[in-house]
Amino acid sequence: MHITDILVTGEPIIYGAMVSIALVTIAILFLLTYFKKWGWLWREWLTTVDHKKIGIMYILSALVMLFRGGMDALMMRVNLAFPELGFLSSQHYNEIFTTHGTIMIIFMAMPFLIGLMNIIVPLQIGARDFAFPYLNAMSFWSFFIGAMLFNISFVIGGSPDAGWTSYTPLSGAAMSPGPGQNFYLMGLQLSGIGTLATGINLMVTILKMRAPGMKLFHMPIFTWSTLVTCFIIVFAFPILTVALALLTIDRVFGSQFFTLTGEGLPMMWANLFWMWGHPEVYIVILPAFGIFSEVIATFAKKRLFGYSAMVWSMIIIALLSFIVWVHHFFTMGAGAFVNSVFSISTMLIAVPTGVKIFNWLATLYKSKIEFTVPMLWSLAFIPSFILGGVTGVMLGMAAADYQFHNSYFLVAHFHYVLIAGTVFACFAGLVFWYPKMFGHKMNERIGKWAFWLFFAGFHICFFPQYFLGLDGMPRRLFITNIAEWLPLNVISTGGAFLMGVGFVVFVYNVYYSFRYSERETTGDSWNGNGRTLEWATTTPVPYYNFATVPYVDEIDPYVRMKEEGKTTFDESQLKPIHMPSYTGAPIIMMSFLGLASFALVFEWIPVAIFGLVGGLVMMILRSFDYDDGYYVKVDEIKRIERKARGL
Amino acid sequence: MAAEELKTGPLEYRTQEGRMTILGFWIFLGAEVVLFATLFATYAVLFGRTADAPSPMELFEPGTVLVMTFLLLTSSFTCGLAVHEMRRGNKKGLTLWMAVTLALGLGFLGFEIYEFVHYVHEGASLPSSAYWSSFFVLAGTHGLHVTLGIGWATLLLIQISRRGLTNVTSRKFFIISLYWHFLDVIWIFIFTCVYMIGMVI
Amino acid sequence: MKAKHLLGLLPLGLILFLSGCGQLEMTVLDPKGPVAESQYELIKYSLWFMLGIIVVVFALFTFMLIKYRENRPGRKESDYDPNLHGNTAIEIVWTVIPIVIVILLSIPTVTTLYDLEKSPEPVEGQEAKEPLVIHATTADWKWFFSYPEQDIETVNYLHIPVDRPIEFRLTSADSMTALWIPALGGQKYNMAGMMNKLYLQADEEGIYDGRNSNFNGEGFAAQTFKTHVESEEAFDAWVNDIKTEKPELTKEQYDELLKPGLTGKDAFSSTHLEYINHASSDGMGYVVDNYEELFEEKLHLEEIEKQESFQ
Repeated sequence: MHITDILVTGEPIIYGAMVSIALVTIAILFLLTYFKKWGWLWREWLTTVDHKKIGIMYILSALVMLFRGGMDALMMRVNLAFPELGFLSSQHYNEIFTTHGTIMIIFMAMPFLIGLMNIIVPLQIGARDFAFPYLNAMSFWSFFIGAMLFNISFVIGGSPDAGWTSYTPLSGAAMSPGPGQNFYLMGLQLSGIGTLATGINLMVTILKMRAPGMKLFHMPIFTWSTLVTCFIIVFAFPILTVALALLTIDRVFGSQFFTLTGEGLPMMWANLFWMWGHPEVYIVILPAFGIFSEVIATFAKKRLFGYSAMVWSMIIIALLSFIVWVHHFFTMGAGAFVNSVFSISTMLIAVPTGVKIFNWLATLYKSKIEFTVPMLWSLAFIPSFILGGVTGVMLGMAAADYQFHNSYFLVAHFHYVLIAGTVFACFAGLVFWYPKMFGHKMNERIGKWAFWLFFAGFHICFFPQYFLGLDGMPRRLFITNIAEWLPLNVISTGGAFLMGVGFVVFVYNVYYSFRYSERETTGDSWNGNGRTLEWATTTPVPYYNFATVPYVDEIDPYVRMKEEGKTTFDESQLKPIHMPSYTGAPIIMMSFLGLASFALVFEWIPVAIFGLVGGLVMMILRSFDYDDGYYVKVDEIKRIERKARGL
Repeated sequence: MAAEELKTGPLEYRTQEGRMTILGFWIFLGAEVVLFATLFATYAVLFGRTADAPSPMELFEPGTVLVMTFLLLTSSFTCGLAVHEMRRGNKKGLTLWMAVTLALGLGFLGFEIYEFVHYVHEGASLPSSAYWSSFFVLAGTHGLHVTLGIGWATLLLIQISRRGLTNVTSRKFFIISLYWHFLDVIWIFIFTCVYMIGMVI
Repeated sequence: MKAKHLLGLLPLGLILFLSGCGQLEMTVLDPKGPVAESQYELIKYSLWFMLGIIVVVFALFTFMLIKYRENRPGRKESDYDPNLHGNTAIEIVWTVIPIVIVILLSIPTVTTLYDLEKSPEPVEGQEAKEPLVIHATTADWKWFFSYPEQDIETVNYLHIPVDRPIEFRLTSADSMTALWIPALGGQKYNMAGMMNKLYLQADEEGIYDGRNSNFNGEGFAAQTFKTHVESEEAFDAWVNDIKTEKPELTKEQYDELLKPGLTGKDAFSSTHLEYINHASSDGMGYVVDNYEELFEEKLHLEEIEKQESFQ
């Protein structure tokens, strides 16, 4: 095999990317060596099993992926607004919208939220780590290596180009030969393992490790949303695993599941994909609802309105999410009866969602709204999401969907719910819990700039797209070749760049705040308005989280703790704390599986087998490893807590 | 992560860690149920799409399948006996019955491999048609699970022989027994939904 | 803090801005046939509910932000109740109202769905016409329209008579596509090994844009066609012209056309239906079996922008 068969050649943009990837890699390696940080990186981060550090790594990776997916988006927007430039060819555009969609959903939205769950959920329920810290590290590395595998397709082998939905027969071996689609399949498969493991891990953590006295209906709403999300993950992800595996077997070993030959059934892919894909949408939206609930209650300085209605509506949304998948292809011709059933089930989702919206509004009633940056993101969510939600109901009306389907109306709808829902929540959650992670807040003034730029850009970008759809512009069109569509496309592109500027300002704020923000001295960072247990810990959070775990028998326990002057450090109750040891095994195991996946992409079976065996050996070693962790001594806890609390 | 250890009850449930791991495994089995349900659904949808390959009715042999079923069901029973011995604290009994279980599992695998080879000879292989793809992947996934189970149980027997029955080893052993029974249940579905129906229709 | 109040008004402002200066004539909202008309009616009907919901939520939202912001001058002690956490009556109200809305939306959705499966009803006073059957077949990246009754076939353009229902029989020789003529009505998929029926009808003569709306690879953007709607007489004359002036479609010629790539418009005085049925399980793999190697190389269709169907 020749090197030119593997590397992608022929496009100036790709050469540019190769050079910049090489330069950045060299720069990172050089800096690590120059500052002698290799040991630090390995000991503190690569081998960590601490949920807070893993969460930070998730969020950092997600931000990098947001950058990559955002660059993709901007390139698409340039092409659509300036068709005469000939910026991207059809093939290149197809690759870019495919990677944009896949990265944003799988490698940005989910890891971002999982990162926040990692950091916050154990703190909210009074736990000292995950139920299975080792598994948690494994999950992260499977996500990270899966994401890297997917991303190198840009320079090695060629990117997938059949859309993030990867519909067969287009994505099958016959019509999409070469490694591109394999990158999609293996990247998603590898990171999917991690997601499933995280789902199980968090579920057990929440069910078994809550503070004494804390019943399920005492849990903070973000933890509730995480629990419900985990149920969806556990029951939806195996479907994706199977779908990806079947398509991989089709492509690599010649089976006939989704082929046009051998009586294969290409439409089965669409069914399997969306049986996972629709629940997946709720995997990324329910935690967002949880974050908004926390932020809104905190800065309204008031209890969340309708707590149990909020919980039950999430549970109902989760159940409904499994019985609506056909609405992604009403036009497949399943007949009026099937379409009617799925139409109604789809519209029913609007009921619990509507209940949640009204509950948030009622939370604002008789409150004291403080417009901090996380609150701005959360408030902006309500009107923006409503616009996405009502158009979702319109799309759910199957007969009308025949006109909306595959058009920019649909594109506008799902960006409205995913950006106003998930992305706003990611920003809100990150800014809200930033002091818990890094010991200082983000600058409010710059944060507001970032918010307004992004918020305005978002509406300018996506609102016109509803009208483009109604004018018959199909999605995934690489060029605006009909003159009437051009003006709105130009407006839309302007909005996209505004969002880009907002993101840059946000990132600058990370740097600015690192340099200049006041360091936190108390754990209750938002003017003492914290309501849940994570604010009861000191900042920075000690690695064991809680010196003593408080007894909890109500919602918003920290409000009463503050009234009664209680803390999470009761010297009379101190006991040695059992903690897990750091280990390099997860990253090594996942590197082996990453190697196997990479080899499968190019169908180098011997190398793939080597990688798989390597992974198995690591699992066997793990099975024989009886390292039971270690105990933190009482004196050590006393020293850390006294210092952090200034006693 | 609580270090408190109960003094009564089954060994594997005495520590918080043991209880959590067992719950986690139950949830994992829930995910496995979805995984197999998807494979069964795929199989049902593709049923009859045999293209030019022979039909299942021509190839399925009741004899082989009955022997396989007998082997696997018996192994589930002996696995239960092994757990019973574990509860009595009898390491020897556990090892003995688990060895029988694994032998039966190996027998099952042998027959399955023979069966697959036979079908391929008769012109029904993975690429033959959509139906055969789904058959081989469904039965093959189960077979792969059995293989992994055998390897895993062997490792555990080594650990038990070295360390005896502790909270940790008994928890691990209890989990593999759950896994083994689960594979048995899946096989019953494969036996009825794939072989019985395939031989009739 | 004035800016905050704009927060909720911004999207509404955008609506006004776009509808005010845009002068947009959107195809879907300007139906040219009974099918598109029924879908348009449904969209309009739902839009009223949606606007109602938006107005209610935006109004409540704006009210809360203005009245309950912490630093509003003249806040009263009674404006703050930190322990207010529920009210069963009002929670029931806002659960029931969405349910009622869903019911009100479901009824016309379901009836329209069933109507769309049938040939469109004739206008009051006119007699029902037999639908004209047209097989619409796609192959990467072109359209074949076969008229079995007239025994003619066109490539990449479509002629239909006005005021007569058209029964499209959709199938594909390879990738999954969708036939969409927004002015005449919504789409359905073309799939190899399958046959989908789609009824459309035009009430007004004219030329309407049609396309494959389902992404299927490199030439997707160019897989479009014009729909010429003309009077019954003009249509018959056109059919006659094709029958007399155009050659028959030979199997070799059809096989050549099936190869992945772009091609211009064409017409023939016979159809491909006598050679192959892509909707059958025997015919679905025809292109893949014969031309698999042609999919190996990305085609890098330089000519895509020069394509007639592209303009």
